[in-house]
Amino acid sequence: MARPVLQVDNLTVEFPTRRGTLRAVDDISFRIDAGEVLGVVGESGAGKSMTGTAVIGLLEPPGRISGGRVQLEGARIDHLPHDQMRRLRGQRIGMIFQDPLTSLNPLYTIGFHLTETIRTHTDRGEAEARARAIELLTEVGIPAPAQRIDQYPHHFSGGMRQRVVIALALCAEPRLVIADEPTTALDVSIQAQIIQLLKRLCREHGTSVLLITHDMGVIAETADRVAVMYAGRIVEVGPVREVVQNAKHPYTEGLMDAIPKIGGRTEDLAQIRGTMPRLSQIPAGCAFHPRCPRAFDRCRQERPELLDAGASRAACWLHAGEPAGAGTGRGGGERG
Amino acid sequence: MIAFIVRRLLQSIVVMLVVALLAFSMFRYIGDPINQMVGVETSSEERAELRERLGLNDPMLVQFGRFAADAARFDFGVSYQHKKPVSELFADRLPATLELAFLSAVFALACGIPMGVYTALRRDAWLSKVFLTVSLIGISLPTFLIGILLIFVFSVWLGWLPSFGRGETVDLGVWTTGLLTVSGWKAALMPSITLGLFQMTLIMRLVRSEMLEVLRTDYIKFARARGLSDRAVHFGHALKNTLVPVITITGLQLGSIIAFAIITETVFQWPGMGLLFLQAIQNVDIPIMAAYLILIAFFFVLINLIVDLLYYAVDPRLRVDRATSAGH
Repeated sequence: MARPVLQVDNLTVEFPTRRGTLRAVDDISFRIDAGEVLGVVGESGAGKSMTGTAVIGLLEPPGRISGGRVQLEGARIDHLPHDQMRRLRGQRIGMIFQDPLTSLNPLYTIGFHLTETIRTHTDRGEAEARARAIELLTEVGIPAPAQRIDQYPHHFSGGMRQRVVIALALCAEPRLVIADEPTTALDVSIQAQIIQLLKRLCREHGTSVLLITHDMGVIAETADRVAVMYAGRIVEVGPVREVVQNAKHPYTEGLMDAIPKIGGRTEDLAQIRGTMPRLSQIPAGCAFHPRCPRAFDRCRQERPELLDAGASRAACWLHAGEPAGAGTGRGGGERG
Repeated sequence: MIAFIVRRLLQSIVVMLVVALLAFSMFRYIGDPINQMVGVETSSEERAELRERLGLNDPMLVQFGRFAADAARFDFGVSYQHKKPVSELFADRLPATLELAFLSAVFALACGIPMGVYTALRRDAWLSKVFLTVSLIGISLPTFLIGILLIFVFSVWLGWLPSFGRGETVDLGVWTTGLLTVSGWKAALMPSITLGLFQMTLIMRLVRSEMLEVLRTDYIKFARARGLSDRAVHFGHALKNTLVPVITITGLQLGSIIAFAIITETVFQWPGMGLLFLQAIQNVDIPIMAAYLILIAFFFVLINLIVDLLYYAVDPRLRVDRATSAGH
């Protein structure tokens, strides 16, 4: 089997606070293969963004990776010194943030942003970098790039700015792009365009994507596989079709039911009772059990690891009985 | 852009007229100018004649028009106590005050900005804590006390620096400067630090808080995610955004440096406009007081105008270009 682009093993992110240490990401493992799009879904505060931020090494202190490993193309990157990690960012891992309106420095032109990034990662001169910048703008679908390159971010609409942000994230042809809610701040009509663009570019360049979103629709349309996060852990992971149509974890089922369906007969939209626990009050056993309609005794006492459940894997005792899954041991290493 | 400058200039003229009116009213309401000029033995006929000759019987508006027109040509009449044209007196004193203010501002900026940046980037370093503590002292101690302390230590105790005056000056025709002689620099050192210390701490704290704010923004996060060097992130992106509010405050502070020079000039007997003004108050020398008021207002207006223009240079969002309207 080919070496995965990104392999994360037992990653734990902790925040020391005055009232004890909070675990924002708790012992999660996943892998992304070359050219693959892994979607990560979950509610706000489930640890999705924290996972992405930890992978690219941009956790804000006091947050820190307290355990586990992150490997990029086989090499460990979670313990790299500051300067090496910096060189790797943008060069081999790109990142796209949620809000294109605030991702660009208002005092600099689009061209400055692009040439600055290109020149940081390649040894191109100013003129070459500019030529490359215009190419990139063309590639992300900015009309009249030769003129617009000298304009400032405020001359661009939200969708156009997100295109520029994508160009910036891809300008050194990274192996992996972490897209943290790339469409959340955009109009619905623009969202589809941006997702299509991201998909097309990553396919053309063979870039893998870690797509973080709370929008199941975006995941269904874009991702190859999907990981569902709840309270800092991965509760289900599998091929996107399987997870969407045949959810194994009660939480995923709840998420799917909560998506409004056109032509559906129900008057009330199904919702999951209760709210996700605070990080300081995660219950014993399965973190989801207080909200789970199918919880039983074992759920309240023992924390489930990821267990094989058909084509996907789910951290739920409902699947404990199935063969060849139980007992993978701590860590719940995903087989990918 | 042109329209903006014209509008700002018009506003400035209005401000200057209002200040001129205030200055003018001093002549009317702080004693009788005739009494200030003549002796006790002057007869009332002579007084009336003088009043008529000086145009003090004309309607108010005419008098004010004359005053404003003269002031616009920097003609503020003759000082009562020095019997010399006020403009001449100020021309002698202005270089001293402006040099002092300039040195203080340079000191405040050259120390305040780097210290602010340092304390923002190295929040937990012990040196940051030292800077912050010192800045607290700088903010809370009154200017004259700092001046007196400096004189005590460096003039009385150590005897390194002169405690008063400007040192040797070089006459460059219209401008006498103390910046070309060693003794001039020595004499300027303590007054400029005294005058600039408060501004320095203010700028340092402002830069620090603005910088911390900017460092939290998304575009800084994104700049880091693009792999830019710390240098490029901190000085290319963060500092430039920090400077927008800093320019405003610095501009306003420069005005007050010139105005507050009064105290420092008194403490160090610095032969500037402030000292002249204080002496004028003691002797009810109204032409000098009026001229001082107008000059200070003029500096404030001028500096504000420059600050507004600087905004345009720094922040592209303010530049209105009709050629390219916002995207699609």
